[in-house]
This record gives sequence, C-alpha cells and structure tokens, in this order.
Amino acid sequence: MSTTTPTETQDLAPVRAESLAELLVSTERPRRPSALSTSLTFGWRAVLKIKHVPEQLFDVTAFPVMMVLMYTYLFGGALAGSPREYIQYLLPGILVMSVVMITMYTGVSVNTDIEKGVFDRFRSLPIWRPSAMVGYLLGDALRYAMASAVMLAVGLVLGFRPDSAVGVLLGVVLLLVFSFAFSWVWTMFGLLLRTEKSVMGVSMMMLFPLTFLSDIFVEPETMPGWLQAFVNNNPITHLASAVRGLMDGARPSAEIAWTLGWAGVLVAVFGPVTMRLYSRK
Amino acid sequence: MSSEHPHRRSGPHGPAIETAGLVKTFGDNRAVDGVDLTVPAGTVYGLLGPNGAGKTTTVKMLATLLRPDGGEAHVFGHDVVREADAVRARVSLTGQYASVDEDLTGTENLVLLARLTGHGRKAARTRAEQLLTAFGLSEAAGRQVKNYSGGMRRRIDIAASILNTPDLLFLDEPTTGLDPRSRNQVWDIVRAVVAQGTTVLLTTQYLDEADQLASRIAVIDRGRVIAEGTKGELKASVGAGAVHVRLRDADRREEAARLLRLTLDTQVQLEPDPVALTARVGDGGSPGGEAAAEKASRALAELARAGITVDNFALGQPSLDEVFLALTDQPLTTPAALTEPAGTAAAGTGADAGRTEAEATR
Repeated sequence: MSTTTPTETQDLAPVRAESLAELLVSTERPRRPSALSTSLTFGWRAVLKIKHVPEQLFDVTAFPVMMVLMYTYLFGGALAGSPREYIQYLLPGILVMSVVMITMYTGVSVNTDIEKGVFDRFRSLPIWRPSAMVGYLLGDALRYAMASAVMLAVGLVLGFRPDSAVGVLLGVVLLLVFSFAFSWVWTMFGLLLRTEKSVMGVSMMMLFPLTFLSDIFVEPETMPGWLQAFVNNNPITHLASAVRGLMDGARPSAEIAWTLGWAGVLVAVFGPVTMRLYSRK
Repeated sequence: MSSEHPHRRSGPHGPAIETAGLVKTFGDNRAVDGVDLTVPAGTVYGLLGPNGAGKTTTVKMLATLLRPDGGEAHVFGHDVVREADAVRARVSLTGQYASVDEDLTGTENLVLLARLTGHGRKAARTRAEQLLTAFGLSEAAGRQVKNYSGGMRRRIDIAASILNTPDLLFLDEPTTGLDPRSRNQVWDIVRAVVAQGTTVLLTTQYLDEADQLASRIAVIDRGRVIAEGTKGELKASVGAGAVHVRLRDADRREEAARLLRLTLDTQVQLEPDPVALTARVGDGGSPGGEAAAEKASRALAELARAGITVDNFALGQPSLDEVFLALTDQPLTTPAALTEPAGTAAAGTGADAGRTEAEATR
C-alpha cells in the first residue's frame, strides 16, 4: 500500500488485500433471486430513502390534512347544509383525490433517480427487469397507506362516521390497488420526460381534470349533460363511488369491478411502455 | 474449470470479450465505429483514449446497457443482445460516477446489492460487513454515501461491483478525479481483484494507469481502435518516455531543439510555454541500446556543453497527447487540458458522459 503522498486529508484505513482475496474466493454464487424477492428488496430501498429523508412525508401528512379541512369547511355549508353533514359524503372522495394526486411524486422520483449512476448497476443485474419500478410503487403504497390513515383520523375527529371498520379497510385497499396501477402512468412520464419540472407539469394537467371532474365534491346529477358523460365514465368517479360505498356499508360491486378493470388496463398499457423506456434508457 | 477457483465458470478457455465491427450511433455521431476487440480471460485490458473516444459507449454495450447498432459482441461466449441475462450473470460494472445509491449508507448499499444477487437476509449482511472491513470502510459503514470522500466512493463502488464475484469487471475511468494517493489505492484493489482470477476491462485517459495495470492495451479514438497490443508493443511504437525541458532563456529554444533532435534522433515538440520543449525518447529495443534515462542525460549534457541553461527537466511517461501524436501523426483534437493527469480532467469527463447520456436517451 502506497502511503508516500499524504495529500488526502481524510485518512482511510488501508485496503486489506488478504481479506479481499478470501472474499472473492470463498463464496459460492447464490441462486438467481425471484421476481418477488427483488421487487421487495427495491421496496425496502424506497423505505430506506424515506428513513433518511423523513421530510418527504410532508405530502402524505400535512397535505391530506389540509385537503380535508379546506374542502369540508369551504363547501360544507353551501353543499350539504353543514360541514358535519358534508364530510360524510366528502371524506371517501377527498381521500381518493389526495392519494391519487400524491401518485405523481412517483414520476418525479423516477425522473430524478434514473439519471444517477446506480441505475446502470441495477440494469446490469441479472434480475426480473420490472422489479426496480415495482419497488418504487411498493414503497409508495406504504406512503399512500400513511396518507389514508392520517385523513381517516382527521375525518373521524370532524365527525365522519363510517359503517364499519372492515368497509373502511376494504376501501383503502381498493384505493391502494388502483393507485399502484395508476402510478405506471407516472413511471412512464418519469422516464419519458427530461426534467422533473416537466413531469410535474404534465401530472398536474392530467390530475386536475381527472380529480375535479368526478363525483368527489358533488353528485353528477347537478352537472350539464356533456359533463355528466365525462364524469360518469371517469375512472376516478368509479373509484370514489366504490370507496364511498364500501365505507358506507353498501356493496358497490359494479363500481369495484369498473375500478379493478381500469387498474388492469392501466397496468397492461403503461407497464410495458414503462419497461420499454427503462430498457432503452 | 480451474481447480483454484471452483466456483468460477470459466467456460471453454475462450476470450472474456470478443467483439467484431461493433457500432453505436447517436444521431449523426458514430460514437463507436467498428470496434474489434479480443480480451483474454484473467487479465486486465486497458481501453485508452480521450474524452468522447467511445470508451464508455463500448463498455455500456458490453455490459448490456446499450444495444449495438451493428456488429457483434460476445462475453464469455454469450451474445450481449440475445443472451443478455447470461452476460449479466457474469459481469459487473463500475461506472464513471458512483454507481451506488448516494442516499443510502455504505452498509445499506451493499446489503441491497447482496439481496439483489440472491443472498439471504443474513448472508447479505455478513457479506456487506466483510466487504466493508476488507475495503477499510468499517467506520463509514453507517454514513450516507453522499458524505463520502472521492476515494471512499470509489472503494464502495468497487466493493459493490465485486460483491457477486464477477468473472468480468468493467471499470470505467476508475481514478478520474482522484488524488494520487487514492489513485494508488484503487490500483492496489484492482490488482488484488485480478489476482483472484477476475478479468478487468479498464477504460482510462492516462497512459500511466494503463501501463500500471493492463497487460494489453487498445488505443481508441473517434470510435475506432487505432492501436492494439501488449504494453511493450505499444511503447515500442510510441517511445518509452519523454524529456520535458524548461530553459532559462526563451531565445535559445530553437538552438536547444536542434541539439536535442540531433542527440536523441527523434521529434522535438515546442510547447505553448516559450521556454519549454519536449522530446520523445525510445527505449532502444535492441540489447545494446541505451535506456531512456541514459539518452536523456546525454542530451542534457549536450545542452550544458552548448551553454544553454536548463532551469528544470523531467523524464516522464509520454502523455496521451504524445501517444496520439506518435500513433496518428496528428495531435489530439480535444483540448489539451483534458489529457492532463487527475484533477483538471474531472470537468471534461463530466461533459463527455453528459453527452453520451443525453444522446442515449433519444
């Protein structure tokens, strides 16, 4: 080991050639890991990133609380007589809206992450290719679950009374499933667009009409016919109705079927496009 | 199958890498323009060239990160396009920049990769710890990599690359931007890795580095291999070294140049600095021939005899500039600053990779 030029201020311990040699010789190469195992490992990576930068949880804590408070008190009196009555209708919808809006951060983080050298390493590993992307989405599912818990807690304080805990749980699960599928749209844009800003811009342009032109705030019956046509076929409307129904103790099978159908279509279309872009990057 | 390393699937004693007419174009730019390489297994092979020569692009194609637009490439007999997964199972890549996750700690990075290469939870942790110890990084194990020094980053990077005991390791400019001491340490690591039977493909801008580590060298420029051979062969064509002379009096430079040309029987280059000149010295291939140092001292004596005061002189390895001059009879087209040793080159390298990446996304 050469130590003749003490130029580096930070003194590093020497590399141990002998132990290095041992490491290189002694190990058997393990078997190729399964797709599930690598996806979960990438999910763990996402969780570690949250652990190191907990500030990034702002969007799943403060933002949803703000949404609930703002819309409940802003529209409550006008639309349903009082905020307390309105929240019974609004909460499942605002939950859907907030979580669906948070999904766009997946695209942003894919976009900033993918340019880093570590992706060259991931892409040169002999593993199931989509697992890096699936890992992101698994980490994000955890964030969505947190956002849901926060909003439900605030809702309960403000007077939201769901029919049963099981219904609430099923509603959240359905929301997470849809968000997982919907996020593939953002992974695609995250890989397609060149800057973080453009990813944000495109996401906003899609998310605003999708979430506002739905039945989240008001029943579609009050809208003009042409708007009803859009609102009634908007996947977010199906999702919000299904979640609202589940939390209200109903069995909205048709809405659930529509939601799962949309989720399937989203994965089937945007999953392969994402992977194509990922391989070409 | 070698009996020393029973876990290595060394294959039918073929070359580690074999490419024929490899081409990659980005728009109008033929970044790699018909590269033929044969890299014997178990050796360090140096890919020497300036920024933008096509080194990184070649490595990316061999590591299955880019699809070639023409020609063929085989790694341990596996086609890099059709059998990409088989290739990935045998190779490992250390890119120009940290190929580890800067937000994670050293331990987390290694555990992550160990898990991805199929180690169990416990085995992954053990392996990570062993590697961190072997690389002298135990103390920094719990710190995020973004807080590591340049030398530490390189170490964790290489540790991550040899985690799965690759048969072929790509090192893309492993010492660019490192101080001389860290550079020596990286060289020591590379030697230790090769001693265990791993083949290394090393790209570099420094002849010095290729000379230290590689047994065969290919010189690459504008996407083409312009010279290839063992170190000895390459040096014979370039000359063993160069005498750099600084005179006290700029007026006497012409005279000094004439004298050096006469004594050394070689080309003399006038440097931009009006008092400096550089002469190539051959190593005298024949047994009776003079060594480079001997020739150089004789030349200096001649200058002294003529009454020309020499302020400073150095006998060094020829720079990449001089290699290119010797091989192509024309100087490098890239700015001279890029071929200076570590430090000044960092900015230029960034531009190079930026270009490669930007074009790759199209």
